[in-house]
Amino acid sequence: MTEAYIYDAIRTPRGRGRKDGSLHEVTPIQLATQQLEAIRDRNDLDTANIDDVILGCVAPVGEQGSNIARVAAINAGYAETTAGFQINRFCASGLEAVNIAAAKVMSGEADMAIGGGVESMSRVPMGSDGGAMASDPAVAFKSYFVPQGVSADLIATKYGHSRDDVDAYAVESQKRAKAAWDDNRFEKSIVPVKDVVGMDVLDHDEFMRPETTMQSLGALKPSFVEMGQFGFDNVAIQKYPEIERINHVHHAGNSSGIVDGSAAVLVGTKEMGEKLGLKARARIKSMASIGSEPTIMLTGPSFAAEKALKRAGMSKSDIDVWELNEAFASVVLRFMEALDVDHADMNVNGGAIAMGHPLGATGAMILGTVLDELERSGKSTALATLCIGAGMGTATIIERV
Amino acid sequence: MTETIRYEVDADGIALLTIDLPNTGMNVFNAQLIKDLDTCVDKVLADDAVKGAVITSGKPAFLAGADLNMLGGQAGAKQTPQEAFESAFGLNKLLRKLETGDKDRKILAKEGTKPFAAAVNGLALGGGFELVLACHYRVLADVPGMQLGFPEVQVGLLPGAGGTQRLPRIVGIQAAAQAITTGKPYNGQIAMGLGIAQALVPLDEVVSNAKEWVKKTASALAPWDKKGFKYPGGAGAMNPNAVRTFMGASAMAQKQTQHNYPAVEAILSCLYEGGIVDFDTAIRIESKYFMKLLADPVAGNMIRSLFINKQAVEKGSLRPEGFERKKVKRLGMLGAGLMGAGVAYVSAKAGMDVVLLDRDEASAEKGKDYSRNLVKKGMERGKVSQEKGDALLDRITTTSNYGDLADCDLIIEAVFEAEDIKKDVTEKTEAVIGKDVVFASNTSTLPITGLAKNFTRPHQFIGIHFFSPVDKMPLVEIIMGEKTDDETLALALDYVSQIKKTPIVVNDSRGFYTSRCFGTYVQEGYAMVQEGVNPALIENAGKMAGMPVGPLAVGDEVALDLSYKVGMATKKALGDKYVSSPADGFVEKMVVELERFGRKNGKGNYVYPEDGGRKYLWPGLADHFPQADDQPEVCEVISRFMVRQAIEAARCFEEGVLIDASSGDIGAIFGWGFAPFTGGPFSYIDTMGVAEFVAEADRLAQAYGARFTPPQMLRDMAANGESFYAKGDTRGRIAKAA
Repeated sequence: MTEAYIYDAIRTPRGRGRKDGSLHEVTPIQLATQQLEAIRDRNDLDTANIDDVILGCVAPVGEQGSNIARVAAINAGYAETTAGFQINRFCASGLEAVNIAAAKVMSGEADMAIGGGVESMSRVPMGSDGGAMASDPAVAFKSYFVPQGVSADLIATKYGHSRDDVDAYAVESQKRAKAAWDDNRFEKSIVPVKDVVGMDVLDHDEFMRPETTMQSLGALKPSFVEMGQFGFDNVAIQKYPEIERINHVHHAGNSSGIVDGSAAVLVGTKEMGEKLGLKARARIKSMASIGSEPTIMLTGPSFAAEKALKRAGMSKSDIDVWELNEAFASVVLRFMEALDVDHADMNVNGGAIAMGHPLGATGAMILGTVLDELERSGKSTALATLCIGAGMGTATIIERV
Repeated sequence: MTETIRYEVDADGIALLTIDLPNTGMNVFNAQLIKDLDTCVDKVLADDAVKGAVITSGKPAFLAGADLNMLGGQAGAKQTPQEAFESAFGLNKLLRKLETGDKDRKILAKEGTKPFAAAVNGLALGGGFELVLACHYRVLADVPGMQLGFPEVQVGLLPGAGGTQRLPRIVGIQAAAQAITTGKPYNGQIAMGLGIAQALVPLDEVVSNAKEWVKKTASALAPWDKKGFKYPGGAGAMNPNAVRTFMGASAMAQKQTQHNYPAVEAILSCLYEGGIVDFDTAIRIESKYFMKLLADPVAGNMIRSLFINKQAVEKGSLRPEGFERKKVKRLGMLGAGLMGAGVAYVSAKAGMDVVLLDRDEASAEKGKDYSRNLVKKGMERGKVSQEKGDALLDRITTTSNYGDLADCDLIIEAVFEAEDIKKDVTEKTEAVIGKDVVFASNTSTLPITGLAKNFTRPHQFIGIHFFSPVDKMPLVEIIMGEKTDDETLALALDYVSQIKKTPIVVNDSRGFYTSRCFGTYVQEGYAMVQEGVNPALIENAGKMAGMPVGPLAVGDEVALDLSYKVGMATKKALGDKYVSSPADGFVEKMVVELERFGRKNGKGNYVYPEDGGRKYLWPGLADHFPQADDQPEVCEVISRFMVRQAIEAARCFEEGVLIDASSGDIGAIFGWGFAPFTGGPFSYIDTMGVAEFVAEADRLAQAYGARFTPPQMLRDMAANGESFYAKGDTRGRIAKAA
């Protein structure tokens, strides 16, 4: 099978996903368009060589609807021969988009493709696309649907993560993100977002709160108590009857932030890279997606990681750096326990608790982040993974070349 | 003129349809009424001289819903799915014809149809309310008993003649979901406020008001048949408000039903799906969900036990014939503790004079305080008038003097559960009361035949077993001693009917029926703790089985030390015949060694925080009863609870403690909260299949002990392919005489 290489990976800074966020004035199609423009221009690409553009987007309705990937390619002035499509694997959409681009390369369908994602959570709020799982009673009953926050608290309860445990993790995430920015570790990937007159509207992740301490987090009330009392705790317990009651430990300070952003990763064959004069940065070793129990929902990453390791013929000791999306603190704590991963090797430059999680884009963003880290630290192999709504996990292993 | 509807056209050309079923005091939808309504609607629509119609009732109530016996018949009928659909869709179709004149929908939207008005003179429930909602105009009589509602969910069904579609289109999804999933009716004022009715007028104006509206209305059109109709508050899969409502409703419903009541889920589905499609598609969907429920054993079991059989015993099906119906005028209540105080209250509330006797005046007064508190609460909530409250309290006389019992026509004893005390008060009472006055004991633990020995007229000695709290618990278990005669039973039943409770009649046995079977639930929970099963799993499984609370929680309410004392007394009484239970060791350790008695001393299976915080399972259970590494699946725990209780019920049946299966089912549900969705332990066994039940019980006996061994009777029934309820039989199998 043909090998797939990563030639470039870029992202926007992440803007607060609210009316007062810097990216609120920018349309999601612009977020995606500017990423496509940037990855073309900095690699001096003739886009006639790009076979496909795949973008993840989790609320693909309204201005994010109707196949935002193809529309962004047109809008960015790509060759009309470049196809495009939008995918939705919830929180892992961005990584899945890269995996699909890689799979197209590996299978011989494409020589060069772009995987990435976009989400303007300030303009197209989470849940805007409806869906049967939460709202159709027949499905909600059958699947024991609970909202993600309750699932995260269920993980914390089942695996004994205290409020202090999750808060301490969050403080560390903020600390690492701050240190990474201070050290210019994201410099290679960040492409500032411009407004309609070409001025930069955002050049840094503006969600971060580096002043966060255990004390400041301690003052926050848990976010999912009321939802739980309403009935979701009982639904979770009906699925996990060994639990007497759910310990609600997650709040805005130890959960991923709601932000706007976009990302793009350029993937292609060795031959096409050489033809275009590009330098390969990493090789995609393996990819995996799995389904897991949907009520606890967010335990999928460890299974996805195991599957990806197995497909690569690797063991976890072969991984130098781990990147797991910080959807909720307990998700990462559980993963590190399940796979016995040292916190020193996990999310070394912080994560979504500090910088935010633009749903459709995050997967592509963290893959770029971990690639930058491999290059910075001179290490070789990394695994990026995300937990996913409805009980899934997606993982990708890359190796520097 | 039809059999069930009077049809009169007045000088203005307005047809008055008066629903008046022959030979009954209550209008219900049965096959005849549906047929007649169809005839009358056709007549209104076809007759050019008729301008429109008013529908009212010739009885105090408007229409009380469907004849559940008719529905039971439908469930048993052999039909193809298409036939079953046509049958389920019949009333929907008819009401839609009334509403649309059967016109092409585009033409209807332009020109409307002949107006129908509902002159709602009294309560309209279920199908009655659906008929009202199908009319274009609704006027309510301002009468005290006015109720508009959908009680179908309480027997496992949904309002299947447009109820799940018209109500939300009037009041919005959230309000409709609340009304239909709980079955709680609206009164007249609230119905007006929600826009369900257009007018609320004195009773004698209800028909004229409706006619007036018809007179001035050339053509009518339901709002949902107008172009551009929108649900109040929104509907559909893309409406954020509706999505939030359904997310919340599904969670809340799962919390409340524990996935045991398919009707609640089906109702929410009708509301959800109906909000996305047009009305005509929506009612077809509704009828299909109705069909599904009708085919599910849950509805059949609930209808039989919670409705048909409950009503039958309340109407006197257990009462022996040949004895004049009596009314207790003056009740002698011995003992003013929690039970005696409660019995005094419900009796005084039913209009009886009550002599409340205890050791001393102060104790008796303390018992009366129970009534004072309830009356006060009722007045605060506006449910009881000052006058009625005062009268109720005036009827209760407190005393410590046995002489005051002289004029009583029934005695109920609820003194401390000790043989010598019981003997003493029985003898003192007999000395002063009339020579044929019945003496009843409210004992829950001591056999009646033994207590009757303290009374020189054992044929007039009977058990009347109440449940705590008496004012809330609907069931009364009447226990026949060996010598109790039918006339005494008749009087006891007359008394129970006076206080509006649901009776069952059983024969004497230790723990009778309800306490004996209820105990097995708690004991099975204790046995599991002893085995090392995770207590949280035990409690959650109990609730998931459909029991109101987990066995450890209810064990704390009963009090562990009481269980221990009763166990010791039973052991002493039975001697060698005592069958020890795996729970015995648990109870002894908790009570004797650890002094954990239950809620009463703030520490039992649970911890009761002094600051009033939520109770939680005592973490020390894990130290004293270490949890096993391998925990059972929750379905195994549930099976143990259900089968263990059902086995004990079946033993009561085999031993002749029970007189029939339906009493066993009613007593289980209303006495100790046996999962109502099952219809009771005998319905549960039938639904599983007797042979399958025996196999499961044998499996559990192998795994956990002989307490699960099915009685021979069940094996015989399984071998003969018999069940507790034959097709079409609601009373169920009759037990052999004790």
